[in-house]
Amino acid sequence: MAYDYEKSIRPGKLPHIWCPGCGHGIVLKGLIRAMDTCELDRDKTAVVSGIGCASRLPGYLDACTLHTAHGRAAAFATGIKMAKPEMTVLCVGGDGDGTAIGGNHFIHACRRNINMTYVIMNNYIYGMTGGQFSPCTPTGMKASTTPYGNPDPIFDISKLAIGAGATYVARTTAFHATQIDKLIAEGIKHKGMAVIEVLDDCPTSYGRRNKFRSVVEMMKRLKDIAVPVTAAAKMTDEQLEGKVLTGVLFKEERPEYTEQYAQLIQRVQGA
Amino acid sequence: MSAKAEIEIIERYCKGCNICVEFCPTKVLEMDAFVVKVVNADACIACNQCELRCPDFAIKVHKL
Ligand SMILES: Cc1ncc(C[n+]2csc(CCOP(=O)(O)OP(=O)(O)O)c2C)c(N)n1
Ligand code: SF4
Repeated sequence: MAYDYEKSIRPGKLPHIWCPGCGHGIVLKGLIRAMDTCELDRDKTAVVSGIGCASRLPGYLDACTLHTAHGRAAAFATGIKMAKPEMTVLCVGGDGDGTAIGGNHFIHACRRNINMTYVIMNNYIYGMTGGQFSPCTPTGMKASTTPYGNPDPIFDISKLAIGAGATYVARTTAFHATQIDKLIAEGIKHKGMAVIEVLDDCPTSYGRRNKFRSVVEMMKRLKDIAVPVTAAAKMTDEQLEGKVLTGVLFKEERPEYTEQYAQLIQRVQGA
Repeated sequence: MSAKAEIEIIERYCKGCNICVEFCPTKVLEMDAFVVKVVNADACIACNQCELRCPDFAIKVHKL
């Protein structure tokens, strides 16, 4: 049998709104497979997003979903996890949502090491609003607001997450479909803040402007730039030029926030 | 060669992005007026690459 995605999709929601070839749909399918792998109870799983094309994702999912304000997914998700620590909390959103307007919420959720899984779809652009540059638009590339090429250096989302204190950080791409669900499932099982960065394609707002001739060309680029961390260890700096490391980039055990908070309450109340 | 899977296309969901056509290793699929169709069913090796990468939930690979 083919994979049964429909059981996880709200009835009547397909076809989705994403453009032809937009990788967000591939990530949605990966997320569904990861939720199945972890046998999550849909009534005890919150999927939270901000605003953007990527942030439309929870609307398709049959789970407890919350579509919040731009950049605020991590803040709302933190609230849910604090009020109901027994729930599995997932955040999804774009690079603009998570690292520009929502950058502060993102780094502080990492710092606290709160037990949630944040899937961030990095398509290098503000897709929904017509292609303004984001903190992840590579230097030199074009956006509607950088018509002569972007002079800014980028945020490396995974490095940002590690630096801020996330305890599970992994990266993959929309091309590497089977790795998406594997890494998300590991993130869900990890106790603490898990960040999974998925390099993604936005043919409409990024691809066209940057002379990618097709969706397929964008997919092939994702295939070509990805180097598994294990393989990278045996490569020279020269060979790694222009490449992006994929797989589990960082993992450590550190006290989890909701547990620490519960202990604090117990101590203060003298139980 | 006989097909290792039966491919189901949900035409209503297909947006014609061409990802499946390009990444099918045995050239089973083709684009026809922005909707994918099976043109070489016997060559399917049931690798599932098209279903996995279809962003639109438009392809199902039923293994035989
Ligand atoms: C407070 C606020 N500011 C700005 C916007 C406009 N806005 C909507 S989506 C978006 C960017 C989304 O980009 P990203 O998170 O990268 O997702 P994508 O659309 O690329 O998937 C912006 C700036 C908004 N909705 N709310
Ligand atoms: S604008 Fe870009 S990110 Fe938004 S749905 Fe279209 S391709 Fe996807």
